[in-house]
Amino acid sequence: MSTGRFKAIDVLRRRARFDRAAAALAKSLDVTASSAEADVDAEEVEDDRLRLIFTCCHPALSGDAQLALTLREVCGLTTEEIGHAFLTDPRTIAQRIVRAKGKIRDARIPYQMPSRTELPDRLDTVLRVIYLVFNEGYSASSGEALTRQGLSGEAIRLGRLLVELLAEPEASGLLALMLLQESRRAARTSEDGVLILLADQDRSRWDRALIAEGATRLEQALASRRIGPYTLQAAIGAAHAHADTAEATDWQTIVALYDIMLRLDASPVMQLNRAAAVSMRDGPAEGLVLIETLLAAGELDDYHLAHSARADVCRRLGRTADARASYARALALTRQGPERRFLERRLAELI
Amino acid sequence: MRYLCVIYDGEQTMAGMSKEEGEAFMGEYFAFTDGIKKSGHYIGGEALQPVATATSVRIRNGKLSTTAGPFAETKEQLGGYYLINARDLNDAIQVAAKTPSARTGAVEIRPIVEFDMPA
Repeated sequence: MSTGRFKAIDVLRRRARFDRAAAALAKSLDVTASSAEADVDAEEVEDDRLRLIFTCCHPALSGDAQLALTLREVCGLTTEEIGHAFLTDPRTIAQRIVRAKGKIRDARIPYQMPSRTELPDRLDTVLRVIYLVFNEGYSASSGEALTRQGLSGEAIRLGRLLVELLAEPEASGLLALMLLQESRRAARTSEDGVLILLADQDRSRWDRALIAEGATRLEQALASRRIGPYTLQAAIGAAHAHADTAEATDWQTIVALYDIMLRLDASPVMQLNRAAAVSMRDGPAEGLVLIETLLAAGELDDYHLAHSARADVCRRLGRTADARASYARALALTRQGPERRFLERRLAELI
Repeated sequence: MRYLCVIYDGEQTMAGMSKEEGEAFMGEYFAFTDGIKKSGHYIGGEALQPVATATSVRIRNGKLSTTAGPFAETKEQLGGYYLINARDLNDAIQVAAKTPSARTGAVEIRPIVEFDMPA
C-alpha cells in the first residue's frame, strides 16, 4: 500500500517538472495532455489521485461516509484500522463504506474533478475531512492515548498530496496548520501521561523541521492574498511556534488574528479561543468577563474546554472555589485520559 | 440518467411577496425552465397547487380513508418538480442549484429507478 503511494508521489514530483507550456498548449488545442507528451503516467496518476479524493469527499455523501471512504480508498487503511481509530465497530465502518459506494453507483456520483465553479465548495469538504482525520489523531475525542500519530500522519500525507496537486491557498494553509500543531506532539504529554499546556511545554522538544515546513507553507498561503480560516489558524500557530518562551508570545498579534478569524467563523469555540488569548494579553479578569458571557449563552455548556478555560482564569485570579468548580465540571465532561489526569492534578493543587 | 428534482419551499415565501415580486419570481422560473429545455436537461415539470388543496388516501384493513392535507406536515412544502436528464449527479446538482427555489427553500434530487421491463 505505502509503496504504491510513495511511487505515486514520486511520479507527481516528476510531474511537477513537466513543461507547463506543453500542458497549456495541449489545453488550448483541446486535446488531452496525454497525447501531447511522454509524461502520460504522471498526468494520469495526478488526475487519478485528485479524482479519488474529490469523489470520496463528495458533499452528497454523509460526513461519516466521507471520512471512512477517504481513509479506506485514499489512505489504504483497513476497516479494522479505521474502526480502531474512531472507536467504532469495524462492521459499522464496512457498512458505511458499502452504503457510500452504493450511493456513488445509484445516484451516479462521477469519478471526476469538480469544475472551476464547483471547486471552492467541494474543496471545503475535502479540507474538512482531512482536518477531521488529523484532529482525531491529534486529540482523540476519547480514550487513553491523547495522540494517535497514525491518523495525524495520514492527514499530513493527504495534505501534502493535495498541495502538490492543487495550487489552492487554503490547502497550503491547512497543511501549515497541521504541521505546526504536529510539531508540538512530543511536548504535549508528560512521561506519566498527563497533558501539558502550551505555556508549560518544553519548547526544545518542538520539532523544528516541521515548524520550518509549516512556516514555508504558511508563507505560500499568505502570498495568495486569498486568506481563509485554515491559513489564519496556521498564522496563530506560527505565532506560538516562533516564541522562544511562553512569556515571549506575541499575544497582541494572536488576538488580532482571532479578530480577523471571527469575521470568517464567529462560532462560540472560536470566540472562546479569542477570549483565552485576551486573558493572556490583557489579564485574567478581562478574559473571565468574555468567557462567562460565552458560557451564559449556553452553547458551550457541554464543552469541557470552556469550563477548563474558566477554571484557568479563576485560578490565576486566586478565586479558588470558582476554579475548583469549573475544573470539576470540565473533568466530568472530558473523555480523554491525559486531559483527565491534568484536570485531577489541577484540582489536587487547589486544595 | 434521469433524476427527479423535488422542490420544497415555504408557501409563505410566495404568499408574502408583493405582486411585482411574485411576477419576478415566476419570471425566473420561466427563464429557468427555458434554460434547461435548451440545454437538453428538461423532460417534464409541474408546479403544484398549495397543500391546502391536498388530499391523502390510505387503505387500512381494506377500508378507504381519505384525509384532508398532505401526507406529512413540514415547514417547507412540496411545491413542484422537474424530471430531468443529467449526465451524473454533479450535472443534476448544477441544474438543481439554478432552480429559483434553491435560494428560498430546497431542491431534493432523487435518481430514478430504471426497471428492466419486458418489451
